[in-house]
Amino acid sequence: MMASNYNAKEEDGHQPAAIGHGGAGTVKNKKPDNTAFKQQRLPAWQPILTAGTVLPAFFVIGLIFIPIGIGLFVTSNNIKELEIDYTGGDMSSPCYNCSQSYSWNSTKPCTCSVPFSLDQPFESNVFMYYGLSNFYQNHRRYVKSRDDSQLNGDKASLKSPSKECEPYRTSDEKPIAPCGAIANSLFNDTLELYYIDPNGSRTAIPLVKKGIAWWTDKHVKFRNPGGNDNLTVVFQGTSKPVNWRKSVYELDPSDPDNNGFINEDFIVWMRTAALPTFRKLYRIIHKKPNMTPTLPLGQYILEVTYNYPVRSFEGRKRMILSTISWMGGKNPFLGIAYITVGSVCFFLGIVLLIIHHKYGNRNHSADIPS
Amino acid sequence: MYSLERPVQGQSSCPKDRLGRKRRTVVSSLTEDEELTEILKSYCSNKVTTTKYSFLSFIPKNLFEQLHRFANIYFIFLAALNFVPVVNAFQPEISIIPILLVLAVTAVKDLWEDYRKHKSDKFINGLVCEIYSRKRQMYVDQRWQDVHVGDFVRLSCNEIIPADMLLLYSSDPHGVCYIETANLDGETNLKQRQVVRDLPRQGSELTPENFHSRIECENPNNDLSRFRGFMEYPSKARVGLHNNNLLLRSCTIRNTETVIGIVVYAGHETKAMKNNNGPRYKRSKLERRLNVDVLWSVVLLVIMCLTAAIGHGLWLRNLKDNSFLIPDTTSPALSGFYLFWTMIIVLQVLIPISLYVSIEIVKLCQIFFIQNDVDFYNEYMDSRIQCRALNITEDLGQIQYVFSDKTGTLTENKMVFRRCTIAGVEYPHEENGEKSKYIFLHNIFHQGDASMELTYIVDFFMALAICNTVVVSSPNQPRHVSRTPLKSLEDIKMLFQRFGLPRFSTLSPPHTTESPRSFTRRLFSRGKAASFTPRLDGVPGEDGDQGYEEEGDGLENSNGGEGPPSEPGADELIYEAESPDEAALVHAARAYRCTLQGRSLERLLVELPGMGSLAVRLLHILPFDSTRKRMSVVVRHPLTNQVVVYTKGADSVIMDLAESPKGAEQSDGRQGHIREQTQKHLDNYAREGLRTLCIAKKVQTSTEYEIWLKRHAFAETSIENREELLLESAQRLETNLTLLGATGIEDRLQEEVPETIEALQRAGVKVWVLTGDKQETAINIACACKLLRTTDQLLTSSSSCLVSLQEACKALLLELRAEVERGEAAEGTSGFTLVVDGRTLDFALQEDLKGDFLELSRRCRAVVCCRSTPLQKSHVVQLVRDQLRVMTLAIGDGANDVSMIQVADVGIGISGQEGMQAVMSSDFAISRFKHLRKLLLVHGHWCYTRLANMILYFFYKNVMYVNLLFWYQFFCGFSGSVMTNSWVLIFFNLLFTSAPPLLYGILDKDVSADTLIKLPELYKSGQNSKAYLPSTFWLTMLDALYQSLVCFFIPYFAYAGSDADMLSFGSPINASALLIILLHQVIESRTLTWLHVLVLVGSALFYFSFTLVFSVVCVTCSPPTNPLGVDKLQMSQPLFYGVCALTTVLALLPRFLFHALRNSISPSDTLKAALMDQLNPDNYCRRMQHWNQTQAQSKARGLIINVEDLDIKIPDFILPKELKECRAATGSVLS
Repeated sequence: MMASNYNAKEEDGHQPAAIGHGGAGTVKNKKPDNTAFKQQRLPAWQPILTAGTVLPAFFVIGLIFIPIGIGLFVTSNNIKELEIDYTGGDMSSPCYNCSQSYSWNSTKPCTCSVPFSLDQPFESNVFMYYGLSNFYQNHRRYVKSRDDSQLNGDKASLKSPSKECEPYRTSDEKPIAPCGAIANSLFNDTLELYYIDPNGSRTAIPLVKKGIAWWTDKHVKFRNPGGNDNLTVVFQGTSKPVNWRKSVYELDPSDPDNNGFINEDFIVWMRTAALPTFRKLYRIIHKKPNMTPTLPLGQYILEVTYNYPVRSFEGRKRMILSTISWMGGKNPFLGIAYITVGSVCFFLGIVLLIIHHKYGNRNHSADIPS
Repeated sequence: MYSLERPVQGQSSCPKDRLGRKRRTVVSSLTEDEELTEILKSYCSNKVTTTKYSFLSFIPKNLFEQLHRFANIYFIFLAALNFVPVVNAFQPEISIIPILLVLAVTAVKDLWEDYRKHKSDKFINGLVCEIYSRKRQMYVDQRWQDVHVGDFVRLSCNEIIPADMLLLYSSDPHGVCYIETANLDGETNLKQRQVVRDLPRQGSELTPENFHSRIECENPNNDLSRFRGFMEYPSKARVGLHNNNLLLRSCTIRNTETVIGIVVYAGHETKAMKNNNGPRYKRSKLERRLNVDVLWSVVLLVIMCLTAAIGHGLWLRNLKDNSFLIPDTTSPALSGFYLFWTMIIVLQVLIPISLYVSIEIVKLCQIFFIQNDVDFYNEYMDSRIQCRALNITEDLGQIQYVFSDKTGTLTENKMVFRRCTIAGVEYPHEENGEKSKYIFLHNIFHQGDASMELTYIVDFFMALAICNTVVVSSPNQPRHVSRTPLKSLEDIKMLFQRFGLPRFSTLSPPHTTESPRSFTRRLFSRGKAASFTPRLDGVPGEDGDQGYEEEGDGLENSNGGEGPPSEPGADELIYEAESPDEAALVHAARAYRCTLQGRSLERLLVELPGMGSLAVRLLHILPFDSTRKRMSVVVRHPLTNQVVVYTKGADSVIMDLAESPKGAEQSDGRQGHIREQTQKHLDNYAREGLRTLCIAKKVQTSTEYEIWLKRHAFAETSIENREELLLESAQRLETNLTLLGATGIEDRLQEEVPETIEALQRAGVKVWVLTGDKQETAINIACACKLLRTTDQLLTSSSSCLVSLQEACKALLLELRAEVERGEAAEGTSGFTLVVDGRTLDFALQEDLKGDFLELSRRCRAVVCCRSTPLQKSHVVQLVRDQLRVMTLAIGDGANDVSMIQVADVGIGISGQEGMQAVMSSDFAISRFKHLRKLLLVHGHWCYTRLANMILYFFYKNVMYVNLLFWYQFFCGFSGSVMTNSWVLIFFNLLFTSAPPLLYGILDKDVSADTLIKLPELYKSGQNSKAYLPSTFWLTMLDALYQSLVCFFIPYFAYAGSDADMLSFGSPINASALLIILLHQVIESRTLTWLHVLVLVGSALFYFSFTLVFSVVCVTCSPPTNPLGVDKLQMSQPLFYGVCALTTVLALLPRFLFHALRNSISPSDTLKAALMDQLNPDNYCRRMQHWNQTQAQSKARGLIINVEDLDIKIPDFILPKELKECRAATGSVLS
């Protein structure tokens, strides 16, 4: 449309009489349409921000945010959370020995037991996490080092993984399945929880290992290569990641629905954490059907099969037990932030009210332009 | 319809002139001579190709061209960088998207344009004309593209000329033909062309076979008004060729049945094609400012990348063992270096490259709105505003100086013949009531001199009628030159008997006893023409008035059927003149029965009262030029059979030339008297604002004429220095003239000019008038259009005397300055207007006086430069523009304004009466001066604020978004990771947030048009670049920084330590960034229409639906940031919304508050006006009055002292006495 307007003169080149002297000839009328749009007269709302007009907004925000903040804060406080650092950097720590002796190449598992006690019973479902610190799962090279097609069960990628996996693409001339640095560094500590009865006997707490991964990951994104139910056959001709002790098809031989690429621990690990200090869901302790708390108060023992070395990058390992609310895990920040912002808005509302009274009238009387 | 000529950018189909000759030789293409045929073949064919690309070359060539743009190179550099494995940030294919998109959009645009050109080329090349074919011995139809140099082309009336050709034959018996050059320059008046002189008549039509002459002419050039060469006959006789013989391509043949010409230039070598330049490209002030800030962005980018690079290096060094985590073994320093480039890719958005594309789109839309403004529509001419420069719309909002031409710009340029003075007697033609005002001179002539006076009068009107280049045509016979057959002697006799008028030669005493004026009256009483009986009653000039008024309206039907019955066709004559002055004079002459009836090359047909049609042999026309400032015709007088020279020109020139012939003692006295009186009248005319022209004549003896003729013929035929020789020749002839009289032509002010000028001045725009007119006229017009107020003090500096040299000028300026300073000190305001004339200007523009002149002019409210040449005009504009560093606008309508229009930052052409040259060189073309008001105050203001705000918003948007990625680097070991899917990242700028700012730039409206017009003061905000100051830029940057901090760290703390993965962490950040960016715009925009709502809501919906759908369907795509399930899961969690809400509110809080506080505590004028817009009509009116009152009060404070001098006075206090006398004596050299 623009161009035709611009060239209007040009196109009339053959009827020049009409351009110079109005009367001659009848050319098309060039009068622009008198429409609201073309004349820029569209009905419009003109929001002019003055103390008077924004006042209500500040009060409203204040009035909404403060209750939300209080709600969030209370919710967050109701969440019970327990964190146990079992890195073993400390001489006094039960895992000190394991942490000192262990490296990726060790074949003998090292175990240690960390005792702890609960002051409060954990009601409802309890989520068990492992936490790592100073672990840059979000490093660009690390994040890239995976092959999503291979994990999706693509046979071609199984045999020849993506170049992004280098240097964990092949080992011994065989393709690595699953390839890449992320898979290679799979967290492989085993954590077990025991409740110490007052009488001293240990009861193992049932830890559910399914349902910890995202549904979409488990069912859509991760798939074992098809064609055969026997994963050993499927993964024949591939090599295990260099740091792994067992092959991918041996992750959970007991449950074919949790083995190979669709092993949930593996899936959870593959979802790289956003920040260098993170936790990942490890097990779920389901609420008991009767009225007893999921985890009653008392003494517990955390049995760790210490496989994962973190000393080399000065990392720390934690085990976290937490209940969750509708807002997720324990985090008082959001509640406090809401309360603060709400209060500030309310305060500013009052300031604006004063300003409005002081200057507001001026706008309606004199208009002395500067 | 297709345009005939367009800019030639494409490949030229002509072979290079291999021989590099200085001249071009053209012979008939029918020649047998092989060598000559070879020469002809070396010339361009007439096929025109303006397209840039061919089918095959499009992709490579277009790519190549696009790669010349800096922005694209940047994009490609980034894309290429991404293919380097060690630095790549995204998948290579993703980083190609932006560049592909930009290239594709541009390529489609180019392709479309080229296709249009191609279609139009095809159309033009396929036009048919008649070419002589040797084989068939006749003219056959050929396509234009098959026309070659040397071909004979036959054209009929109304056909378009296919190539530049030499006119060899015309069906007109006088060998002339008429062309209309509207296609070339928009001028619709007919121009006469004539057959090559002395061409042997070859029967009725030219036979191409017999044409053996050789034509030598210049090589192709782009000068439309010059053509030099000669034609050599087989007999070796040469005849000069000039512009009059050349038919230019794309002009139209009019009024001539058949013409034949030989092609000399074809295709791209024609003058029309050589004259086509592409659209103008100017860089606006805002864009220059913008580029500075883009450089700042680059600096910012480098700083951020360096920070990341150094950070990464340090981080890697501190990391003891990275082997199992990060498969990389390069040294920290090298990694840091690689990372620098990775970060440039990641943070590329910081450089707002898409801003340039957006600005172009926005400007196009702004132009669309300007062009569609119904207020710029001119009913009479059926024309809208033309925007010829597409990229300086916002400059319209920052104009500080307006330089205006007078004639045709402030005035109508519809010349109305008002008064004349003949032989020292004034004949006023004002309305009856005003007549008494004029003091009539007593008739100083004796009765015996009556015949002398009559001779003067007749000569005077003869001169008016014939001393011009007016072309006569009649509307009902468009195909022929109006030719009124000569009356037979009987007819003439009958005429005399019928009207009982004596012939001049036998003027009998009884008639002469009447007062000479009674004859004049009779002569002038054309209106009552039914009977030509002398009227003795009535006030002199009364009848003339009425007749005159009709003429004054520019109507052709002045005779109104009252003409002599023997000439029914006379009233249908149409005069087409090159300048409106000429037309006015011819019409005036006709109003007094001295009618120009026809014109041919050798003959003029004039009807004189009482004598009927007389054929006047036209010997020469010495056309008007700006050095001589006059034109002359040499004719053989039909009654006396003498050679008479009639000269018409600027008064200063003619008065100098009109020296009394030596030895003619008797007439000397009278001539002196006439000159004295005429000068007096001229001064009066000028004071009334009339344009003056002097008419003079000279009777040549035949010997004198013979001598002159010889030298003139030599000048005409010479190729070298022809112009100079002709000028000299003309000057030789135009001496010792006898002054006949002078005319005063009124040029009415255009409507609403005073209002417009007042509004501009209120808007803080300094208005200068630059005119070629005389000082008195200029002051008068300036006064009429309120440029000068009655209270203003006038400072005149006209050191027109030859003795006043530079020093005097300098002293003058200094004195004026001192005066102004005194005035300022006393009154506190500058009610001064400076009037400078051309000669003073010459001095003032010199290096050492420039500063003083500018200083002086800066203190004056208005400046009028009179008697200035086109060059001076452009010098003045340039001086002000460069020295004061202000935005200038030049507006004019004529060819003399072209240079000024081109020099100014914004050039505006008025499509008026004087052709299209000004329009052709302008950026905007309007039809009336009053349109300037809305163009500047409304559209300029809008365009500027819109664009400035949009640019700021773009910077804000990019910095805000890019910083989010930057903050993340602190938590991922400065590794260049991003927490967002790369597609979303690329699309964020390209799609999700691109439309709202565009709409903002196109439609935002801070104050309504009505208010902007009523309160011109609001324009000042644009002049001072209020919307886009460096401080505003940095404030915006700071705000962007704050917002990005909020937008990153609130999610950061909310998700710290949790099991959120990278993309889940990025999801709320991205979503709140989008909300912040969109809502930020809502806060910033002054108007929200349904379109805004649509686009804003649409953008948000687009983002959310895109990410949702993407997170569902994208299973293995886009590694390593595969979004499967992320956003779907996130958007089902309350935490996501909690974070988004808090982030958005907190991020926008400061700006929201800032606006509210500023608007409440110290609102800007613009805001106050916007507040007024929201009032109901009653309150609006009241407030408007109030505003204007306060304005007036603040102005009036300084003006009280000045009120006593209510009349404009021209204080000459500054001039030394002798200088003043000098000025009176010599007049100005320039006029």
